[in-house]
Amino acid sequence: MAMLSFEKKYRVPGGTLLGGELFDFWFGPFYVGFFGVTTIFFTVLGTALILWGAALGPTWNIWQISIAPPPLANGLKFAPLAAGGLWQLITICAIGAFGSWALRLAEISRKLGMGLHVPFAYSVAIFAYVTLEVIRPVLMGSWGVAFPYGIMSHLDWVSNTGYNYLNFEYNPAHMIAVTLFFTTTFALSLHGSLVLAAINPSDGGPVKTADHEDTFFRDFIGYSIGTLGIHRLGLFLALGAGFFSAMCILISGPFWTAGWPSWWSWWLNMPIWSVH
Amino acid sequence: MPEYQNIFTKVQIRGPLHAGVPLPHGASNREGPPIFVYLLGQLGNAQLGPIYLGSLGVASLICGFIAFEIIGLNMWASVGWNPILFLRDLPWLALEPPSPAYGLHIPPLAQGGWWLMAGFFLTTSMLLWFLRIHRRSTQLGLGTHTAWAWASAVWLYLCLGFFRPILMGAWGEAPPFGIFPHLDWTVAFSLRCGNLYYNPFHMLSIVFLYGSTLLFAMHGGTILAVSRYGGDKEVELTVDRGTAAERGALIWRWTMGWNATFESIHRWAWWFAVLCPLTGGIGILLTGTVVDDWFLWAVKHGVAPSYAHIYGAIPDPATQGGK
Repeated sequence: MAMLSFEKKYRVPGGTLLGGELFDFWFGPFYVGFFGVTTIFFTVLGTALILWGAALGPTWNIWQISIAPPPLANGLKFAPLAAGGLWQLITICAIGAFGSWALRLAEISRKLGMGLHVPFAYSVAIFAYVTLEVIRPVLMGSWGVAFPYGIMSHLDWVSNTGYNYLNFEYNPAHMIAVTLFFTTTFALSLHGSLVLAAINPSDGGPVKTADHEDTFFRDFIGYSIGTLGIHRLGLFLALGAGFFSAMCILISGPFWTAGWPSWWSWWLNMPIWSVH
Repeated sequence: MPEYQNIFTKVQIRGPLHAGVPLPHGASNREGPPIFVYLLGQLGNAQLGPIYLGSLGVASLICGFIAFEIIGLNMWASVGWNPILFLRDLPWLALEPPSPAYGLHIPPLAQGGWWLMAGFFLTTSMLLWFLRIHRRSTQLGLGTHTAWAWASAVWLYLCLGFFRPILMGAWGEAPPFGIFPHLDWTVAFSLRCGNLYYNPFHMLSIVFLYGSTLLFAMHGGTILAVSRYGGDKEVELTVDRGTAAERGALIWRWTMGWNATFESIHRWAWWFAVLCPLTGGIGILLTGTVVDDWFLWAVKHGVAPSYAHIYGAIPDPATQGGK
């Protein structure tokens, strides 16, 4: 059994959301649960459909395999399998697998007597995915505006969709999202550095604790957010990045159809500038 | 949710203000009396200050201020010193690098000389800041991890504004200072080199950027979720594993079959964050120097499909050797 030395006492029944004790067991190191079963179901089915889609396509080159959504003209209808129908089924499987995974995280959190921060955080990522693949296509009236499943093809989609709005970097929500991604990475480097610096002292002396960590950050920038606060800040920044990513694509098309650079004309047209 | 998830501090406890751990002989003392700020206490520690300035910190701030002033005054000059136009057009204003015709020579001030000087002072400021972090870490007996993480960010900045322009033979290759102008530069740069998305080091940099965000969401979420067991005491739990560390490990072991430890998650964090600008800088240095067009590079190596020449053979102007 792949069990850690301290693990046995934590492997207790209970905490499930569905299925009672029926699926309340482990497989090797993995917890199963009802949602583990549904995760496996959707993942295996979805992966098989991706392989089917790849087999129908022109190449087995891993970079170039692509399973595209239905053409724009198909609207929001079900499409023939070879013309976007596979993409629709794969999307359903993906949402099923992601949702199952979130609920399985919730069951594991409950079993361990933990807060529900991890499944909540994961749900924000699912929300961003659903925004791209379901909410925006529904608002725009066609599955054809969703991104295809392929390594290079989804990058091409991002490029093309961005240039549809001339310069996507002028999208205010995109600006906030990028800023949050950079800030999250910056904060992560500061947090990782601080903990490693305390555990691995340069003077070869004893491991330092929170007094030294707080002192270093106050010396450094005048403020130390503290050992609890940094994890709140990191979680907020990371989830903000995911949320504003979803917002920046949601407003592109359904709520703004021109180029993003011209969106800023409201700033230039404010009446306060005419006072001179 | 009926349970308390520890998102904000409900009850702020005011202990005595902490002046900081003792310093070794000869180290600069701290400035400013510390104060409590209620709003800061809602998210983290309520104590603000004191701060260490030190000769390196003061020199760094002065250099940074000079760079900021050069950039701002040049922008103001570009609208004829009109204060309203300056505020209105500020997001569009720029301090541009010299034109490519100047190569790596020093141009007149108004032709990019100011840009060169702003870059010099900003670079000096960032390098002094590195020394400041390194010095204070050592004085406090801490590891110098923060300084080296900072150095990785400086590396990306220098790749964009210094190393690549030198390799290309012109300061004009560097990005301008300015809010929208540096975004325009980024898009134009990507278009000119055949779409940066096909650059494998750009791919790696994005992976580490998104990966860092994913890691902080996972790590922040885990620590908050075990905060009722004292899980934020990461250093103590690293050297003496408690139930918070055990639960924090098991949530991931049971989810994905594997877990980091309370120390190793911070090594993952450090490397992901540091590798983001590190790989990004490599991608910048290769662009235009080793690889002219990343799309054609990707086609050549089977990464991108090649499309049929439906318009006949079109010569690539970049391969014609003309001016």
